[in-house]
Amino acid sequence: MDRIPIIKMAEFLLVSIQVDMHDKLALTLQDDLTNQIVKSRARGVLIDISSLEIVDSFIGRMLANIAAMSRVLDAATVVVGMRPAVAITLVELGMSLTGVRTALNVERGMDLLRDALGEPAAVDGAHANAQD
Amino acid sequence: MSQKTMMRLATILERHEKDVLNEWVDQQLAAVTRRRDLVNDQELREHSRRFLAIFRQAAQNDSGADADWAEARAFLEDLSRTRARQGFSPSETAMFVFSLKQPLFARLRQEIGRDPDALGDEMWNASVVLDRLGLYTTEVYQKSREEVIVHQQREMLELSTPVVQLWQGVLGLPLIGTLDSARTQVVMENLLRSIVETGATIAVIDITGVPTVDTLVAQHLLKTVAAARLMGADCIISGIRPQIAQTIVHLGVDLNAVTTKATLADAFAIALQRTGFAVTRAASARSASPAKN
Repeated sequence: MDRIPIIKMAEFLLVSIQVDMHDKLALTLQDDLTNQIVKSRARGVLIDISSLEIVDSFIGRMLANIAAMSRVLDAATVVVGMRPAVAITLVELGMSLTGVRTALNVERGMDLLRDALGEPAAVDGAHANAQD
Repeated sequence: MSQKTMMRLATILERHEKDVLNEWVDQQLAAVTRRRDLVNDQELREHSRRFLAIFRQAAQNDSGADADWAEARAFLEDLSRTRARQGFSPSETAMFVFSLKQPLFARLRQEIGRDPDALGDEMWNASVVLDRLGLYTTEVYQKSREEVIVHQQREMLELSTPVVQLWQGVLGLPLIGTLDSARTQVVMENLLRSIVETGATIAVIDITGVPTVDTLVAQHLLKTVAAARLMGADCIISGIRPQIAQTIVHLGVDLNAVTTKATLADAFAIALQRTGFAVTRAASARSASPAKN
């Protein structure tokens, strides 16, 4: 796979990383995603990394970069489904991704995006936490 | 030690094995270091008999190599381990070997007492061997005690880092004791696992039971908070005592990124508020609205 698919859903873009990220793939994703945000005028980006088992400082920086780029393009980014081991690794690497919204799963991530865009949450009671 | 002299010791031992054993056991039974509460007479006799047999065998085969005494050491290792677990003191354990000297030397004197030079050599050799075995016993004793301590430490680690669910979507981590790197790791793993299991969005870390907070502990706390945030859960640190608040400020630790509360109750209230719950007192018995407390 030389490209990670980006799915457009209403005003959101969904990216699900299902394979191990290598550096080139990450750079392609950055490219594709920024292009896609501009093209589709998306207001939110959701990145699902629940299948990601191995991270290094490069992938961590890539996630932070994507969030920063989306912010410049006025789209909120939320990273969802991080595994405990991945979270611990990132923290130990000193990358706590400040500035990136996070949620436990896709459902909560979508709530968080809707919240961030000022729309009422679709699911009753389920609360995503806003991180700012 | 030369082979010849150890051989002589072995011969003498072989000739008088029964007497030496009896004297040795009697002496152990009479000694102040005897622990009648932990080991009975029969068991002691059996241990002594087996060790003496192994000792004689080793002396017979002795060629100056360390390996000749492997069996004796293995036996003592076993004995020492058992005794350490039973609650013997180190000297009580070592005396098992050292007390063999007296009956052994008595026999030596009886056999070759007319030749002072030979007697001196013989006693020295036996002494060296027994001292070495005795020290080995103590060493093993020490090691097995350390194993017990490590085991207990690990158990304490497990016991002292529980993660409890306070409310739907709210976890609580009452931390007791000092936070070092190893414990932070356990706490972090437990917390993250619980977040996945319960889908919690808020975790309250209560540090009432943490005696001191220095820069390292604060750093560990912040790491835990950061890891939980990556999993989509907010952390609230509660139970900050006045002295600890002062220490944190004096040390220049930056806790601005984290919500902090003085008590667990305050933290819980904020957690409920953020998850959209409210606790209300039932106005009266007539009131039909269900209270949440």
